Amino acid sequence: MVNFFLLILIYSGIYALMAIGQNLITGYTGMLSLCQAGFFAIGSYVTAILATSLGWSLWATLPVAALLSAMFGVLIGLPTLRLKGDYLAIATLGFGEIVRNVLNNWDSLTGGPMGIQRIPMATIFSFTINPYKKWAFLALVILIVVISYYLFERLGRSRMGRALQAIRDDEIAAASMGINVTKYKVWAFAIGASVAGIAGSLQSVFSLSVTPNSYTFMVSIMVLCMVVLGGMGNFAAVILGAFIIQLISYFPQLTGLSSVIPPQFKQILFGLILVVMMIWRPQGIIGVRSYRVGQKKSKAKGAK
Amino acid sequence: MGSLSEFFQHFVNGLTLGGVYALIALGYTMVYGILKFINFAHGDVLMVGAYIGLFVFDALRGSAPLGAWTFIAFFLAMLISMVLTAALGVVIERVAYKPLRKASRLAPLLSAIGVSFILSNSAAWAWGTQSRKLNYPFDNTPFEIGGVVITPHQVLVLVVSILMMVALKVFVDRSRMGKAMRATSLDQDTARLMGINVNVVISLTFAIGSALAAAGGMLIALDFKAYPTMGMMLGLKAFVAAVVGGIGNIGGAMLGGITLGLLETFGVAVFGIPQAMKDTISFAVLIIVLLVRPQGLLGKVVREKV
Repeated sequence: MVNFFLLILIYSGIYALMAIGQNLITGYTGMLSLCQAGFFAIGSYVTAILATSLGWSLWATLPVAALLSAMFGVLIGLPTLRLKGDYLAIATLGFGEIVRNVLNNWDSLTGGPMGIQRIPMATIFSFTINPYKKWAFLALVILIVVISYYLFERLGRSRMGRALQAIRDDEIAAASMGINVTKYKVWAFAIGASVAGIAGSLQSVFSLSVTPNSYTFMVSIMVLCMVVLGGMGNFAAVILGAFIIQLISYFPQLTGLSSVIPPQFKQILFGLILVVMMIWRPQGIIGVRSYRVGQKKSKAKGAK
Repeated sequence: MGSLSEFFQHFVNGLTLGGVYALIALGYTMVYGILKFINFAHGDVLMVGAYIGLFVFDALRGSAPLGAWTFIAFFLAMLISMVLTAALGVVIERVAYKPLRKASRLAPLLSAIGVSFILSNSAAWAWGTQSRKLNYPFDNTPFEIGGVVITPHQVLVLVVSILMMVALKVFVDRSRMGKAMRATSLDQDTARLMGINVNVVISLTFAIGSALAAAGGMLIALDFKAYPTMGMMLGLKAFVAAVVGGIGNIGGAMLGGITLGLLETFGVAVFGIPQAMKDTISFAVLIIVLLVRPQGLLGKVVREKV
């Protein structure tokens, strides 16, 4: 039982990383991206391939995973972000599917549908972080989530964070204030993608094997739900959202009701969450920490 | 086989594929034209339409052998499926999109994704994840015209899609309701001031789009089977078709669908793109169109105003 709860916490952490990235893209900048799963997959496979064929350690593969995800982010972002936001949603939806398509078919590199097995465990100073002993792995995940949370929270309050919010609230007004809209959008997209890549790296040293079927559209929707449920634009809320969504998704196993509850239960619930939250509580269960007129706003202006 | 007849063979294959894409693309483009939002659930509405058609056809046909009755039963099933799916489309709009008309631009998109997920997974729950084939209502033995092999199914697809597109075009261009539709898409507030019931127009748009999708879904299920997640890739491609033609433009959706169908067929057959990567073609087309001509083939450049 404890072990199972630890598993949920570890997955909450891995997904929280993706949700943090999604929050920067969707919550801060107002762009709808539907391919965190694609970047997640890229990160996973980068670590898996580099670790198994070249013997790289997790720490060496992390930056590669982050960079490559970001590069693909720029690749889809550049043509679509100059246009109205809706195109991004479709382009990313397609991209996520195509990543999986390529992973399934590029047998020589990715092992096709079988994926890659026997990924070496992560080590730190000759201490092996064994995923079967969950405490050590949980510590690693929490460490990375905390670092990312800190960095993204800083980013959110920086000049760039304010620019992104301005773009979300009114693109034309933002542009006329001298904000380079496309540049900031592409940056936000790339940064949001890179943190999903890092989540992918962690995933592959946790499950020690990767197969294309772990990176379906469902994963992207789960991440989106985490952001919407927690509260768009609030990184702490998004991490809470990640935990709640993981609890929901393991609810049947947790309560021992998996024989009674149909397997589609959680997906239908996720769909309902999106619709219901949009209609009744679009700000999420926690919502955005809104700046009060006066003190904080003038402070923000002063920092410019 | 001469290269000319080979060309015509691929042309016919692409044309039938494109006809179905066009039918589905119309739903995207009409909704976009009026509400300026992408109905992500459109592909899944299509899936529901295909299933309804499949069940109704099987029930009507019973164990009757292929003949005149199966042919009639198929069209009856298509009609029933179109009516029910149209109702579904209207209900979805009322429940999930209408409350969000004044909300931020992101809200209806997210809601639509939610609806799409609910539909595809409810279908998997209710009808199972295995794919089902809609049986041909006629003997599908191919025949040959001048070296080009054509199946009766292809004829059916072409006839049905062309008829429906012509009917839609006439309806939108000539009828009073069609005029109201065009006015609403041009300027919703002014249309309301002119006494047009905008809510009715929007409901009608969803009804027509969903009905066409149901027909498209049935035509697809004849050849490629129906399964709960079929709407995703089909929806994506139909959307690409709508963008290629110029989103919001009805003629554009037809042109875009056929262009995309031809590109896919010729991409695999002539340019040797592997079958497994066929789905990637439409995606590449989308990116290229967005880069080179974002307003699409027939679209007008719309400047965003404050």
